[in-house]
Amino acid sequence: MAGIVGNLKQSWRTWTMVFALVVIWVIFQYVTDQAFLQPRNLSNLFRQMTVTGVLAMGMVLIIVAGHIDLSVGSVVCFLGVVLAMLMQRGVGAEQAMLATLVVGAMISFLQGWLTAFQKVPAFIVTLAGMMVFRGLSMGVTAGVTIPLEDSWIKSFGSAYLPPMWGWIIAALAAGFLILKGIRLSKIASKVGPLAHDDVQWGWILLQTATIFVFTFVMNAYEGIPAPVLLMLILMVVFQFVSTKTVFGRHVYAVGGSVEAAYLSGVNVRRVVLGNFLLMGLLTGVAAMILTARVESAQPDAGQLLELDAVASCVIGGTSLMGGKGTIAGALLGALVMESLNNGMSLANMEAFWQYVVKGLVLVVAVWLDVASQKVR
Amino acid sequence: MVESPAKILELRGIVKEFPGVRALDGVFFEVAPGEVHALCGENGAGKSTLMKIISGLYPYGSYTGDLIVAGNIKKFTSIKDSQAAGVAIVFQELSLVRELSVAENIFLGREPATFGIISWDKVYQRTERLLSELGFNIDPRALVGELGIGQQQMVEIAKALALDAKILILDEPTSALSDTEIEVFLAAIRRLRAKGVASVLITHKLNEVFSIADRITVFRDGKSVASYATRDVDEHRVIRDMVGRELTEMYPVIEKSVGGPILEVLHLSVQHPTRPGKDLLHDVSFSVKKGEILGIAGLMGSGRTEILLAIFGALHGKKIGTIKLEGEILDCDSPKDAIEKGLALVSEDRKRYGLVLEESVTKNISLASLTTLTRFGVLKNDDEMSIARNYVRDLHIKTPGIDALVKTLSGGNQQKVVLAKWMLTKPKVLFLDEPTRGIDVGARAEIYRIVGEMARQGVAVVMVSSELPEVLGLSDRVLVLCGGRITGEFSRHEATQERIMAAATRFG
Repeated sequence: MAGIVGNLKQSWRTWTMVFALVVIWVIFQYVTDQAFLQPRNLSNLFRQMTVTGVLAMGMVLIIVAGHIDLSVGSVVCFLGVVLAMLMQRGVGAEQAMLATLVVGAMISFLQGWLTAFQKVPAFIVTLAGMMVFRGLSMGVTAGVTIPLEDSWIKSFGSAYLPPMWGWIIAALAAGFLILKGIRLSKIASKVGPLAHDDVQWGWILLQTATIFVFTFVMNAYEGIPAPVLLMLILMVVFQFVSTKTVFGRHVYAVGGSVEAAYLSGVNVRRVVLGNFLLMGLLTGVAAMILTARVESAQPDAGQLLELDAVASCVIGGTSLMGGKGTIAGALLGALVMESLNNGMSLANMEAFWQYVVKGLVLVVAVWLDVASQKVR
Repeated sequence: MVESPAKILELRGIVKEFPGVRALDGVFFEVAPGEVHALCGENGAGKSTLMKIISGLYPYGSYTGDLIVAGNIKKFTSIKDSQAAGVAIVFQELSLVRELSVAENIFLGREPATFGIISWDKVYQRTERLLSELGFNIDPRALVGELGIGQQQMVEIAKALALDAKILILDEPTSALSDTEIEVFLAAIRRLRAKGVASVLITHKLNEVFSIADRITVFRDGKSVASYATRDVDEHRVIRDMVGRELTEMYPVIEKSVGGPILEVLHLSVQHPTRPGKDLLHDVSFSVKKGEILGIAGLMGSGRTEILLAIFGALHGKKIGTIKLEGEILDCDSPKDAIEKGLALVSEDRKRYGLVLEESVTKNISLASLTTLTRFGVLKNDDEMSIARNYVRDLHIKTPGIDALVKTLSGGNQQKVVLAKWMLTKPKVLFLDEPTRGIDVGARAEIYRIVGEMARQGVAVVMVSSELPEVLGLSDRVLVLCGGRITGEFSRHEATQERIMAAATRFG
């Protein structure tokens, strides 16, 4: 009994997030005359959240390790410019994409090296990066939008997965979840009492149901959007990296206590550098998705994206003190942020409201969290 | 009409519950004015919880029972309330601002001011008077961050007393103090007693209790189980009440064979990283044998911690000399190297250096051995959890489950988690730095047993400790450090407290 209470408390944050999301959706459904929860709009919403979502996944690990990356908005813009310009000069789509990823990795390697090995605070390093790469983007493009050449990338932004494939993937995912549940309950019976005996099967059932409802809604329009599928695949990969690899474990240990991690043999600097490298690769992916969606690279693209990514993490339960945060939480946060954007434009509210409301939601989310911790 | 109460502080039937745990289960506790009252009990007995109730950190309403100060029932809802009622509390963790001066810290939040302009002369005058009344020789203008831990503790006490407190409550006040500092501290408490201030001393150190306390109250499992005048009892009685049984064998008698030397240190010197010309360690040579427990004694600042950190690769500063492990040169640049070579270090401050507090028991135990727990780079969770389960069972780690966060465990159990972490790395040499600091008597005996068992299995143990009884009780051989040099070496039979203290103060 005590275990269930502990478990509910642990996931208290998740449940309030889900609840908040539902409330936001219901309100928008009402103010938009039922336009919000249409398959077409939801498909749009998920497609729009991919850029923030992909960035938030990298950001969450950086914040968990006790750092921050403020440069991602500018770097997304810069990498978009790299991609579009390379293709403009006749480089093939695949090579241009590879180059984008490599440049993204190099940029973040440099920032990570300055942070981890030279001990310049990440806030400063990446604030500088934010300015430098915004400037470079404007300089390289001379302020002019670069259209994306015709290629499969361009269509990727607006492509859909055939509904049949959507169902197959959903079934595979559900099967995987159930297998995992069986394995976990086997382990639990082997290792004896746990402080938080999971209400695992209920949880798995809920996850499976969510997958099928999601697939159903997406298929009710044109199918799962290709960028959304990419984001979901990355989610699985990063979930895996953060929980099932030595690197992931070390990230959380470093964030929880640098000293204890160091004295336990964790190579702290390499962990931080690795974190930045992952962020760089994800920034490259985000740049491709954004450039493909708007079919061009613009010198003012990606402004304030870094703050959207940080806000998504924080709304999703990541602690800026480090040590705490999950990939799934960050994506949930990104979905909340994008729901606000989408819903307010759909309701024809003026653009300035989006900033005001997003800011308020951010501060309220953290306020609730802090207040609830006091009570407990 | 206010009658002069016989008791300055009284607790009647205090019950405090946390989800699933009853931390206090009907506590009765009385303190007379001007009395020094020791509160003893194992970790987890409920002492700290009680402190938080008395100080108002756990507000009125979150517990049941009566809290009576100077004859009146009090309903504190914050520390401010308790301060106003004359209760001053010094917590175990220091809460000073390192960048401010002693006087600024003492008057922080209550600076004497006219129209918002602070009168600094008053601040410094009053601080000087306060410190000299207490017998503390501290410069009011010194920055707190530049003081030693002992002096910081004294500043903390002075700060608590600056409010004209009637009751001073101290949680493990001497755990970080050297012997001389402890004397100064005890003298200050005696002076306060003479002035009629009552002190409640929460401590594990029974020698201090018997040298200063008028009364002793013992807590066990959230209840006050005994209360007596100090002169009526002896240490054995108190220990028996604390653990609920006779503690006959504190130190294990281990049948073991000591093998050949495994770790050899030859002429090791380490320079101070920022002060050139000053050596943290100077020409230190010693060796440890397989299965041997080598005790290292020394005062604070003698280099006793540095010697472990230097070998473990965690000390910055130029190293000269040779370290050999099993005959091969060992030169660790980082703890990672050292762990791979077979060294392990239980550090002095487990909350800061030993554990990731916000993580589970399982994840803390596996932290130093993760690479051995993978298959194709993927963590084997079931192995990891079985291992944790086995350690929890074998080391008697009291925890609601292997997935409980270590911050919820008591000090002794946290230390066992640290020991489990290092046992899992299968070390050849185990370094222990103050392995039982802040740990209660019962858990101490268990930790000694675990360490003894590791030695029996052939691990060479090097234990740094400022508790001489522990050094004498556990070590096969004792080294004494002073000023970064070895100033004494004694076999188990030669070692006595007097000889060790003589060597530990042999400066120059």
